[in-house]
Amino acid sequence: MIDTLRLTAEELEGLLTRGEVSSQEVFEAYRAAIDERDGELHCFLRLHDGEGEGIPIALKDVIGTNGVETTAGSQILAGYVPVYDSTVAARCKARGLRLLGKTNTDEFAMGSSTENSAFGPSRNPWDPSRVPGGSGGGSAAAVAAGMTPWALGSDTGGSIKQPSALCGNVGLRPTYGTVSRYGIVAFASSLDQVGPVAKTVRDNAFLYSVIAGRDPADSTTVDLPPTEIPEAEDLKGLRIGVPVEMRDAPGIEPGVADAVARAVALCEELGAEVEECSLPRSVEYGLPCYYLIAPAEASSNLARYDGVRYGYRAAGDDLTEVYERTRDEGFGDEPKRRIMLGTYALSAGYYEAFYGKAQQVRTMIIREHAEVFERCDLIVSATSPTVAFEIGARADDPLAMYASDLLTIPSCMAGLPGLSIPCGLSEGLPVGLQLIGPQLSENTLFRAGHALERALEFDFVPERLQ
Amino acid sequence: MTEWEPVVGLEIHVQLKTRTKMFCRCAAGFGGEPNTQTCPVCLAHPGALPVPNRTAVEWTIKLGLALGAEVAERAVFHRKNYFYPDNPKGYQISQYDEPLCVGGTLAVPGEEPFGVGFVRAHLEEDAAKTVHVGGGTGRKVGAERSLIDFNRGGTPLVEIVTRPDIHSAEQAERFLQLLRQTIVELGISDARMEEGTLRVDANVSVRPTGSDELRTRWELKNMNSFRFIGRGIDAAVRRQIELYEGGGSVEQHTYDYEPETDTLTPHRTKEEADDYRYFPEPDLVPLAPERELVERLRAGLPELPAARIARHAEAVGVADAWALVTTERDPAYSALVGEGVGEREAFNFAMNQPIPAGANFAELAKVVKAAKDLRREALTAAVGASADPDFAADTYLAQTAVSDTAELGPVIEAVLAANPGQVEAYKGGKEGLLGYFVGQVMKETSGKANPKVVNELLRERLTA
Repeated sequence: MIDTLRLTAEELEGLLTRGEVSSQEVFEAYRAAIDERDGELHCFLRLHDGEGEGIPIALKDVIGTNGVETTAGSQILAGYVPVYDSTVAARCKARGLRLLGKTNTDEFAMGSSTENSAFGPSRNPWDPSRVPGGSGGGSAAAVAAGMTPWALGSDTGGSIKQPSALCGNVGLRPTYGTVSRYGIVAFASSLDQVGPVAKTVRDNAFLYSVIAGRDPADSTTVDLPPTEIPEAEDLKGLRIGVPVEMRDAPGIEPGVADAVARAVALCEELGAEVEECSLPRSVEYGLPCYYLIAPAEASSNLARYDGVRYGYRAAGDDLTEVYERTRDEGFGDEPKRRIMLGTYALSAGYYEAFYGKAQQVRTMIIREHAEVFERCDLIVSATSPTVAFEIGARADDPLAMYASDLLTIPSCMAGLPGLSIPCGLSEGLPVGLQLIGPQLSENTLFRAGHALERALEFDFVPERLQ
Repeated sequence: MTEWEPVVGLEIHVQLKTRTKMFCRCAAGFGGEPNTQTCPVCLAHPGALPVPNRTAVEWTIKLGLALGAEVAERAVFHRKNYFYPDNPKGYQISQYDEPLCVGGTLAVPGEEPFGVGFVRAHLEEDAAKTVHVGGGTGRKVGAERSLIDFNRGGTPLVEIVTRPDIHSAEQAERFLQLLRQTIVELGISDARMEEGTLRVDANVSVRPTGSDELRTRWELKNMNSFRFIGRGIDAAVRRQIELYEGGGSVEQHTYDYEPETDTLTPHRTKEEADDYRYFPEPDLVPLAPERELVERLRAGLPELPAARIARHAEAVGVADAWALVTTERDPAYSALVGEGVGEREAFNFAMNQPIPAGANFAELAKVVKAAKDLRREALTAAVGASADPDFAADTYLAQTAVSDTAELGPVIEAVLAANPGQVEAYKGGKEGLLGYFVGQVMKETSGKANPKVVNELLRERLTA
């Protein structure tokens, strides 16, 4: 019997290596779990019987897969079947990871709940009346519900870390430039990064090692040090900073604050030096600055969806009408809102005040983080100010929804890696702890995350599914 | 009465002949069935990313160096955003405020030399090609439908912007001729206007001679030869002077030049083309050409056409030097001069004879020196064989032309007798007919006569 809820990828690998199960049996076990639970949770936009003898995997639907429809959660890409594999999909294939299917996402990864998906929201396995977070809620919820051992997500301002926090699993947003964006449906190119979602830090590190590394097809990728699968169970020698502005940010639920405080105390018990630090401007300006830069880039990235070459096309009497109707009917409200914001921010007469100023602020955020990392090896905070919220609670209030990413955005703006691990429950729902390090510090994040994970002994299987 | 001076600046697009496109590895270049040289990158599929073509970057630097430009230490690609079906991403990757090459000048030699300064030269990608079908004119207006061929989309394009340093249509044509020659000799583009690998827009205004103001300009587009560019400029200048002298003013406009009618018609602009919302292309890192590379490219530059014209002008005059260099006959000319052929003789020979590549100039020079005594067919045969490995002048030097008066006399008499009407006309003053008689004699002697001698004999005979 393959317990898909509890088995880690590492354990599965052991079973396969020892010949105790066949890869087909493993694949079928996950398909059975999907059959059993996805009707309720709606994590998968489509299933696929992929090739490979290894561990199954699910990919967020912004990740292009050759021959497998890739919609980015948008009506405008309904029916679009890529003719090439994204680099990360190709690297997974090359390792034998077998594609189970494509997971739900907010449209073009724009959102924090999956409620912006054109194909309906996903639900949180811990409480199906609640959101799984977003935009990569499909991947995080699928891992939590034992429908895939691990998955890939993409993160622009928190779309891996925040859903992992809300679903009780381990999500890594890697350093910008470590994982190829080639073949990933673009949202905001200077921020988008693909990363792994897994049950454990070790699984996460292994999957990161599969996808990371320079790619000639993505000019922004860099060479990186080899990934170390973490083993140490202490934090000796690590200096951990607690940014007071993130600890004391408005809107942090008491249960979340308590769980994070306990984790911080645990860091000291495990041998780390913990001290307060400060990121005042990053926390104050990170979110508004993000909502200028990300929509500006999105307004340009989404221009290609014009109905001319692929995807949805509305009829019209002339070219302009085809453009307007295709985009009006094909895009949902959130992409439209961001295209408008971004177009405005880039327009003549506004550029300097908006996009130009935001880039200056971004430089300041990078510098402020760099100063903190002169004294700290990593910093910790809550990943999300709240636990999973009710479906519909923020759907009509874009600003409340945007605030979900208050704590994840600053480090994204700085291009830094962040790992979210579960650190306890509040009101029966998982709380995520965010660990952020300087550029290319993934190995440090894995080491610290693994030691904390061991000490925290969080049970990643949702109680209602046990 | 005000004297008016034209003020012209040019925007020149040069399609580079790199093997592959600017941002993907698709084959670039003319030909190929429509939409066969495409990939996810140049069709703007979701997730596709650009990777710059290193050769295109190096060639742009080469061109910049040849034009005396500064090569930037940091150059940034920007996105130029606009919707059009030939622009599949919805933005063109171009350069904006940090171009690859800045400044420079091209000195144009001539009886009245002048210089044209450059603002910049930057690298970008070409749009796809739109073909308008039906309606008869090949233009968008009235066409039944438009087809897009993405083969051209993404081909590397260098945009060169000059300062408004050109003050006549003739200067524009000469400048373009020299620039084109420079580009072709750098081996970076075929630069053919008829194939669209060289495209020129002109910004034209006029001002009172002696003033240094810059008045409102018109942009002229869709001119597909240097001659039409000159005529377009002339037409714009005439019209603007008329407007000013009639007490009117010139409004900023874009026009197409219509060669059939020699008029300007308003250019139909792309919608929403006014605000391109430029921002730095986040999919690319800035270019930072290493100084070592720049110096290596600089050292590898050949002697450029402008310098060669200046060098040959001392011997043959600037007009003929220009002709030699722009027809690429100057290497043959120099080789002949180097073998002791007189400069004028070498010029005439190099300009008039199709000397093959790899010619043995040491031997050919012997033939050239004896040319006036050789039969025409011998000369032609010698030139044709001059690149053969066993080419020897002696074979041809023996085939001297017939200069013997006794032998040529009767032929001349026969030709004159057969053409009494022409003889009458010649004597009546139509001296141009002399060439006709020479031709007839050459024909009768199967080209064996010495044309110079025939000429003298005929002249004597006819004035007698």
